[in-house]
Amino acid sequence: MTDMLYLTSAVCFILSLKGLSSAESARRGNLYGISGMILACIASYLALDFSSALPTMSAIAIGGGIGFFIARIVSMTSLPQLVAGFHSLVGLAAVLISFSACYAPGLFGTPPCAETHIVRLIEVGLGAAIGAVTFSGSVMAFLKLHGVYKGHGVSSSTNMFIALLMCSLFLYFVYAGDTVAFIALAALSLLFGVTLIIPIGGADMPVVVSMLNSYSGWAASGIGFTLNNDLLVITGALVGASGAILSYIMCKGMNRSLWNVIFASKQDVAANNAILSETRSYKQGAPEDAAFILKNAKSVIIVPGYGMATSKAQYALKEVGDILKKKKICVKYAIHPVAGRMPGHMNVLLAEADVPYDDVFALDEINRDFASCDVALVVGANDVTNPVAKNDRSSSIYGMPILEVEKAKTILFLKRSMGNGYAKVDNELFYAQNTMMLLGDAKKTLETVIRGIN
Amino acid sequence: MECCLLDFCDGFYGCLRNISRTSSTGMHAVTVFILACFVGYYVVWRVTPALHAPLMSVTNAVSSVIIIGAIIAASQNLYEFPRIFGFIAIILASVNIFGGFTITYRMLRMFRKNR
Repeated sequence: MTDMLYLTSAVCFILSLKGLSSAESARRGNLYGISGMILACIASYLALDFSSALPTMSAIAIGGGIGFFIARIVSMTSLPQLVAGFHSLVGLAAVLISFSACYAPGLFGTPPCAETHIVRLIEVGLGAAIGAVTFSGSVMAFLKLHGVYKGHGVSSSTNMFIALLMCSLFLYFVYAGDTVAFIALAALSLLFGVTLIIPIGGADMPVVVSMLNSYSGWAASGIGFTLNNDLLVITGALVGASGAILSYIMCKGMNRSLWNVIFASKQDVAANNAILSETRSYKQGAPEDAAFILKNAKSVIIVPGYGMATSKAQYALKEVGDILKKKKICVKYAIHPVAGRMPGHMNVLLAEADVPYDDVFALDEINRDFASCDVALVVGANDVTNPVAKNDRSSSIYGMPILEVEKAKTILFLKRSMGNGYAKVDNELFYAQNTMMLLGDAKKTLETVIRGIN
Repeated sequence: MECCLLDFCDGFYGCLRNISRTSSTGMHAVTVFILACFVGYYVVWRVTPALHAPLMSVTNAVSSVIIIGAIIAASQNLYEFPRIFGFIAIILASVNIFGGFTITYRMLRMFRKNR
């Protein structure tokens, strides 16, 4: 009976991910996920003595209440932080469960015999190490995304050293198998999680968040091996694969390898280009000029970036789009894979502002259209539009696929200041003849533009 | 030198044999794991890029299914530490489960209303 329920639950989880293949079936997918989780919990209670259920159920109620409350009040702009924070909880829970398995070997129904001992210790150790890295890494990612902590450099050799130390401690744990070795392993893994995330910069956060997503899956799988529970193994593998694919897509969006994102430091490039940008002249316009240009266009492509999220400009942007549409102007939205701070971040923000998702296009769907459009309105995006990525072999972002904004007849660039983007590479577009820079808070600028058009 | 290598290989092979023979359950779990990785790979590639954010939050909620382990650890009376840790793990995982599904629901509702 229990096994049947576990199997049904695993199928539900697979259907839940499958539901996300289209927006229509996505909500059903979420319901599959919820029912899978309920079935899993029922199954685990069936296998237990029911008299002890009350305390654990109240624990679920407490945690559930907190989770529900947080998820209700959080704003969509801070979605990446929320997800990172949630990942850390999975990691910590995995560490605690692994500790229990190590402390009381008979706890999860696996009799401690000498021959399976090593296998079990490997499983426990893996679960704990991955869980701990997920936990501390996610906490660091949360702090960085929340702007509490600004990164310092940790050299990649330090990271390698810690990783090596971790491997040897893991081997020692498998050999010795006592709780002291376990705690040491967990502590070192926690440290590794911190030093791994510290040097990674803001625009690489989509990779980091999806990587941690993947880790939380592998940790769940590790626990599944420890408990000999197929449901956990399957679910963990699904989540792990999902996170890994997302990381891959994000890396491809930046034309970098995962290795490069995690271990390469970009500091030196920054110094060279910072000097360059201050000496060149650019054309600055007023929002009223922008309104005039937009009014007289036939087609407009809007390119949102992280700047739109920070100034919460999505509603104003949607209003601009609506007004232009009423004037029979064709409006489209172009989203780069790595725009924002997590995969799909921009899509959610635009959906929040009620932008119809038929108007929203991905990089390869829309890149051809820039050449035929009158105005490209760039709101708080920078590096993903930089033509240097195509032309300049020496540039640090060379090879990254970009939105070909430079082909538009006129480019309106909404930007907070003339500072460089995350990659610290000067953007040629700022100084182009057909570019107009609109400096200042994106939301305020757009509101003035709206008044100007009306 | 050659002899040494052979010895090593022999020892290594013996060790593997030992592990695989004594833990058929372990091998079973590895089989399930690898097959599930493939299922995950093919299912996730079909997810539309616009829904990558809900994908993250729903996988995050789903990975908290480790709450099963926490419930087992918290429901026994033999060991003190595992019971306490189990309780903490239950709370953490259920924050994740309820929070993850709720935020996914909120996001998907946005995607739906503008259809």
